[in-house]
Amino acid sequence: MKLNPAYAVGLAALVALPFAIRAVFPGSEKYYLHIVIQMLLWAQIYTGWALMGRFGLTSLGHGAFTGIGAYVTVMLWNFAGLTPLIGIPVAIVVAVALALLIGYPSFLQRIRGHYFALLTLAMVEFVRLCIVGLRDFTGGSLGTQPARYGDGISFYAVQFEADRMIAYFVALAVWLAGILVWVRVDRSMDRFALEALGQDEEAAAAVGINVTREKLKITALSAAMCAFGGAIFAQYQMYIGPDTIAGFGVSLNIVFGAVAGGIGVMLGPTIGALFTQLLSEGLRMFFQGSVTLNAMFGSRVLSLDTLIYGVLLVLFIIHMPRGIVGTAMEYWRKHKRGS
Amino acid sequence: MLAVEGLVKMFGGFSAISNVSFRVGKGEILGLIGPNGSGKSTTFNCIAGLYVPTRGRISFEGHDITGKPANAICHAGIGRTFQIPRPFHKLTVLENVALAAWFGQNRTVNREQCWRQAAEALELVGLPTTPETTTEGMGAAALKKLELARALASQPKLLLADESLNGLDPSEMNQAADMLEMIRRERGITIVWVEHIMGVLMRVVDRVVVLDHGEVIYDGDPHGAQSNSAVIEVYLGREAAKREEARP
Ligand SMILES: Nc1ncnc2c1ncn2[C@@H]1O[C@H](COP(=O)(O)OP(=O)(O)OP(=O)(O)O)[C@@H](O)[C@H]1O
Ligand SMILES: [Mg+2]
Repeated sequence: MKLNPAYAVGLAALVALPFAIRAVFPGSEKYYLHIVIQMLLWAQIYTGWALMGRFGLTSLGHGAFTGIGAYVTVMLWNFAGLTPLIGIPVAIVVAVALALLIGYPSFLQRIRGHYFALLTLAMVEFVRLCIVGLRDFTGGSLGTQPARYGDGISFYAVQFEADRMIAYFVALAVWLAGILVWVRVDRSMDRFALEALGQDEEAAAAVGINVTREKLKITALSAAMCAFGGAIFAQYQMYIGPDTIAGFGVSLNIVFGAVAGGIGVMLGPTIGALFTQLLSEGLRMFFQGSVTLNAMFGSRVLSLDTLIYGVLLVLFIIHMPRGIVGTAMEYWRKHKRGS
Repeated sequence: MLAVEGLVKMFGGFSAISNVSFRVGKGEILGLIGPNGSGKSTTFNCIAGLYVPTRGRISFEGHDITGKPANAICHAGIGRTFQIPRPFHKLTVLENVALAAWFGQNRTVNREQCWRQAAEALELVGLPTTPETTTEGMGAAALKKLELARALASQPKLLLADESLNGLDPSEMNQAADMLEMIRRERGITIVWVEHIMGVLMRVVDRVVVLDHGEVIYDGDPHGAQSNSAVIEVYLGREAAKREEARP
């Protein structure tokens, strides 16, 4: 695979970034690194969602897959002593199994569009109810933590949160893996098939495409990526809760981030993650700083951001359906042609 | 090669085709004609696996293919075009056709071969093979050609061409007729050609099957059809009546 020089430069910049942060913000490097790490981890998850979302397979339930990735990994570690090195693959298998269980009958019955979205919504709620119901293990809606292993830096326990530098490079690797999966799909014949069936399933079947199988393949891949992302996110946060990694709020966040960035282009979901990270940090500071809002909502002020995401999502879908990156690319292309 | 026996397709209580039987021999160009709404496209859609027939049996090269899904029918060697072209707008023209070469042959060819076959199919129908060409702004005639190229790229043994040539002018119609003849000559593909205007088709077909109200009313020599009283009555008669109406 040939590497575009621009990408090589970008990648070098990403490798240098933590050192630059350390040099520029010696006192608060932990905070800035934390933001960047979270952004990279979400970027991988958004990319995983957009893998299928870009073809009109709109899932409002990917929080179920990130949740399964996080919870299965941590439960196996906490209660069976199973290393996440095995636990994460197991979690991925469970997530893929759920994806196929939901996907197969709905694709066979040609459930599409809004109906498919509603079905996935039911799926994420089901997973959340399971998590809350098993509160003796999962800690219910309060969440729980993976048992800390040694000094918190361990390959065996896949724990790396204690060292932000290591965490950064783990996140970078996870994100890069996600991008590589995207590129592979993008260059495959399956992408053509998915574009085709996203527009017209009957015409796609007429040229020999097994519509159900193509949809299942991309759904399974997407679920696997999000489960992996959820697991790594849990290992980084060293905390799992239904609201932070498993619920509908997470699903909405994923959809919003990916759509805002642009689901049809490689770096769209990544820019979307940058956007949501900056937005949520900005909102957090604004809410905490605002006396009036705090007086009105108390500590619940922080959950206002979900509402704002919802409103922004609607605005993006109406006014900028190609997202930030898609719109920017189109603008650039027009200008190039015009001049 | 293809045998359709007692085919029935109901939509709710309405039977779009009520009893259709015909055979297609290897190497033949068969014209399937009939007035608007007589059930030609429905017959095609049953053969091509888009619809599951209510009753009847369809066999291709000795295998029963009744009710098989569209992709399996395509893999078995039956290519089809849609009456109203259904190009994939998000893909370029070449990609539209390459996709059909790849999936139509059930991924049995390698990628290079598949791009070459796509270019060959486009050349055959006379469309540009440049990778940048998009479907944007393509006219009715060009879109029809793209439909054909896509069907051909899957290397079918039998081509079901649903060509209602309504949107085309007489010279374009003649071109389309020449093209089907040329496809058989170059590729040795058996063709069933759907049409509702008799004139253009008579020149090229070996045999015609005439449908009316979902039933076969004539099966045989094209010249015989033009002098068959049943055909004249339901078909040409109606056409003639229409022409009368259109006259000021
Ligand atoms: N999906 C459908 N649902 C209900 N009725 C249908 C459907 N498809 C076709 N029909 C009806 O079945 C009859 C046959 O339609 P069909 O499209 O096969 O005719 P046709 O011979 O192809 O006509 P044309 O020359 O206009 O293309 C028509 O009365 C049509 O309205
Ligand atoms: Mg028709």
